[in-house]
Amino acid sequence: MKRLTIFICLLSIGLAGNAQKYLTKNGFIGFFSHTPMEDIKGDNNQVAAILDISTGEMVFQALVKSFHFDRALMEEHFNENYMESDKFPKSSFKGKITNLSSVNFSKNGTYDVTVEGDLTIRDVTNKITAKGTIEVITGGINASSKFNLSPEDYKINIPGVVREKINKNMEVTVTMKYEPIAGK
Amino acid sequence: MRRLILALLVFLIPAGIFAQDDLMNLLNENAPKEINYATATFKSTRILNGHSIEKMPPGQLDFRISHRFGTINSGAYNFFGLDQSNVHFSLEYGIFKWMMIGVGRGTYEKTFDGFAKFSILRQSSGEKVIPVSVSVLSSAALKTVKWADQTRTNYFTSRLSYVGQILIAKKINQSFSVQLTPSYVHRNLVATELDPNDLYAIGAGGRMKLSKRISLNAEYYYLANPKTYMSQKVYNPLSLGVDIETGGHVFQLFFTNSLAMIEKGFIGETTGSWKKGDIHFGFNISRVFTLKKEKKPEIK
Repeated sequence: MKRLTIFICLLSIGLAGNAQKYLTKNGFIGFFSHTPMEDIKGDNNQVAAILDISTGEMVFQALVKSFHFDRALMEEHFNENYMESDKFPKSSFKGKITNLSSVNFSKNGTYDVTVEGDLTIRDVTNKITAKGTIEVITGGINASSKFNLSPEDYKINIPGVVREKINKNMEVTVTMKYEPIAGK
Repeated sequence: MRRLILALLVFLIPAGIFAQDDLMNLLNENAPKEINYATATFKSTRILNGHSIEKMPPGQLDFRISHRFGTINSGAYNFFGLDQSNVHFSLEYGIFKWMMIGVGRGTYEKTFDGFAKFSILRQSSGEKVIPVSVSVLSSAALKTVKWADQTRTNYFTSRLSYVGQILIAKKINQSFSVQLTPSYVHRNLVATELDPNDLYAIGAGGRMKLSKRISLNAEYYYLANPKTYMSQKVYNPLSLGVDIETGGHVFQLFFTNSLAMIEKGFIGETTGSWKKGDIHFGFNISRVFTLKKEKKPEIK
């Protein structure tokens, strides 16, 4: 009985250990499509994200309406015609760093990582893999990545008349500056 | 002892659940609370004839060309009205998020017009709930058509008329929006003593999206002044048509019993009747140019 008590006590101490989870509420996700006819660039500076350094799990959540464009009309078309943001207000990612052992979170430095997970846009979920970097700094963690996405994979219908203006591959840039969540 | 274990377990259960809990839920708890503003209640700054709640965003210039042809019942000889054409050109610009202005010139009474539209409320859900969007429109028109009676003293001010409107709109869902438009028109000079200088009307309009880029629109104005005593028979304007959006253009194609393309004209001076077949085919073409790029929040 005593042993059990000690065990439970130890377990609870373990759970309330150092900061394991890192959060940002103004992470950046942007996408860029280049064609000879038009460049399209949407930026979102209000992405919420959490990184759990004990498991390597990471989650992102972006409001579709928080993507902003140089041209107001592009923004309207993005929300109304392509993303249908009233119907699908959020996009999210749930994934894991696959090579967590190669990152030393207790030592400042930059580490190359590969992240694998489920990206959900317009309620369509696809498995994606992306290469990125984790930069451990004093009092936080920076993460960044660049990868390509195809709108067609997420059932985003692009009509023939504008097909020439939208690249089949969007370049997606992710930049997060995480801070520890107190006590978690 | 047993009680101690129990107490510890009770403490542990939430922690245990928490540890297993989805990181996504934790994210949701921490995610900033958002205000979701209704956007694109209408495709264009006009429902058909009259203004919609929509404004040009800051830095965007809208070049509009509108036509109203002759009446359909004028017969095959006039190609059902298409031989006659009334034109209205305008340049409209967004100054602030909450204000746009425009100037135009129309064939109808050779009129120059100008307007300003101000946003008062924006429909939103989420953290802040506002059920409707409200804007105010103020416009003035200067008719330059030659005086009917050149012998009497004609004042410049007699050429002027003013309009005030309150636009109350609601985007009910993704494809259905409605608008109510209480309107006041003041004409400095009217044709005869019988015609009131002040007109009161209420407009009702709506759009139903048929696809992502096409919507069905309808617009009606009810003129509250008694029409029986006016010097000419006027009718309430009714317009029915479609919005077709193609990238930077919005085409509005419709049928209406009104010839004028400004508020003062279609609210108070619509002499065509749907019943008699005095129906005009009309279109508005809107082309938007980006003059100034929008400022984006800096990356922190």
